[in-house]
Amino acid sequence: MNSLWAVTVATLVKDIRLEWRSKDALNSMLFFSLLVVVIFVFSFDPLAEESRHIVGGLVWIAFLFAAVVALNQTWARELRNQVLDAYRVSPAPANGLFLAKTLGNFIFVCVLEALMTPLFVIFYNLHVLGPAWQLIPVALLGTWALVVNGTFFAAMSLRTRNREIMLPLLLFPVSIPAVIGMVAGTTAILTGENSAHFYIVLLLTYDVVFTTASLALFKAILHAE
Amino acid sequence: MKKLFLILAGLTALFLAYATYLALKVAPTDALQGDVYRIIYYHVPSAWTAFLLFFINFIASVQYLARTKASLQKAVQWVVIAIGVIGVIATFLPQVQALLPTGMRPSAVATTVLAIPAFYFLLGWKFPGDRMDMLALTAAEVGVVFCTIVLVTGPIWARPVWGIWWAPGDIRLTSTLVLWLIYVSYLVLRRFSNSAQTQIIAAALAVFGALDVPLVYFSIWFFRTQHPQPVIGGGGSMDPRMLHTLLISWMAFLCFAFLVCWSRFRLELLKREAEQAEAMESLVGAGTAAKASVPLSRSAR
Repeated sequence: MNSLWAVTVATLVKDIRLEWRSKDALNSMLFFSLLVVVIFVFSFDPLAEESRHIVGGLVWIAFLFAAVVALNQTWARELRNQVLDAYRVSPAPANGLFLAKTLGNFIFVCVLEALMTPLFVIFYNLHVLGPAWQLIPVALLGTWALVVNGTFFAAMSLRTRNREIMLPLLLFPVSIPAVIGMVAGTTAILTGENSAHFYIVLLLTYDVVFTTASLALFKAILHAE
Repeated sequence: MKKLFLILAGLTALFLAYATYLALKVAPTDALQGDVYRIIYYHVPSAWTAFLLFFINFIASVQYLARTKASLQKAVQWVVIAIGVIGVIATFLPQVQALLPTGMRPSAVATTVLAIPAFYFLLGWKFPGDRMDMLALTAAEVGVVFCTIVLVTGPIWARPVWGIWWAPGDIRLTSTLVLWLIYVSYLVLRRFSNSAQTQIIAAALAVFGALDVPLVYFSIWFFRTQHPQPVIGGGGSMDPRMLHTLLISWMAFLCFAFLVCWSRFRLELLKREAEQAEAMESLVGAGTAAKASVPLSRSAR
């Protein structure tokens, strides 16, 4: 257990330091989601009342696409110089690597969301009618749902041709319940028409199920050779 | 082998023709919907067949993953046995029976639960080694075909009866569509993946897909369903002649699916044997290859 945490923390710190110096993933995600927001603003010109109903969907589409940009780069760094092969032959627990990558992506996507949410508020004149604090659990649980499966599937698609295209093809179908939870939960809070509790429980269930499944299967995927 | 296949193919063709005759001529016309309803003799058997094939794919994938380690295999076997035993006992407890939808018989649920260990051990016994993975691939491919039939015939029926092609947010429609999407992505993965690791990766994806389906069902719990209630085990009532036709149709579809799976399985077996022989040839060298090539198995001949 100790070595698991040691590996997780070491890899996570390394990834964050690399990201801090290069800002590859964050810059590309930020600019990408900014473009998505701008295109949405040109495509729809809703009234304040209408925008409450559609922004939940738009926000999560932007974040989903942006997250895929970051997730695709997760393992690419480890492929150079055969780092992943070195990891495979080392006795370090495979799940430590997985947890570190997932936490790293989670932090990057959360930073992205924190920076992009004000833009949505400005562009769409948003005024939340429901309990606004509930947006935080929905966002955190939803982001974890995307990131945990995304990191797993990114590791899976490493061994395929057209790796960059494979990831969304694998990730989106399995993410549908999580996306429904995020979008419907966000819309419920923005409009204040019904409670978002159900969707928070749904996202929590989804997170628990898929985090467990990923941790159970990651070793087999890493060593699939 | 080939003779038996041809005989079975002929019998299945006759069976399908008989089922079509029953569906179009013998089954009475629906009082409310008229003749449009007859598409269910195509729609419902395809759906059942597709779900059965996806179930087989799931069982085969779990078994393939479990076989990577002996201790894991033992553990999974006990879990499967436990699911069977607990499932059967639980359906006869009054607390659990209260949870079942009205009209669904506990014995029907118990039989369904028993299918899990039954399939698990039957497939494990019949498909040793890499054949398990070939079975998973075959079941997924044929399942996607039948699921496509379901998704095409559904809207054709819905347009005249509901007035819309598709009911967004409907629990059955959405979960079937997501199931279809997951299995298409499974097939895409298999197509794009490099040879050696594909099996494990694909099996992991199949497990993820199977975990996803209950969550999809749960996620649209609040949405209203427009889909007709299940006619068998769901408490619906149906003219006995209609039910008879439906079951005959399903039997015919099952025979057809079995034949398609069988020939697809043989094709996959031949393909892999040819690949192996090729790899062997390049290893041993052209001169001695003729002697050293892997002999084709009985089924491939």
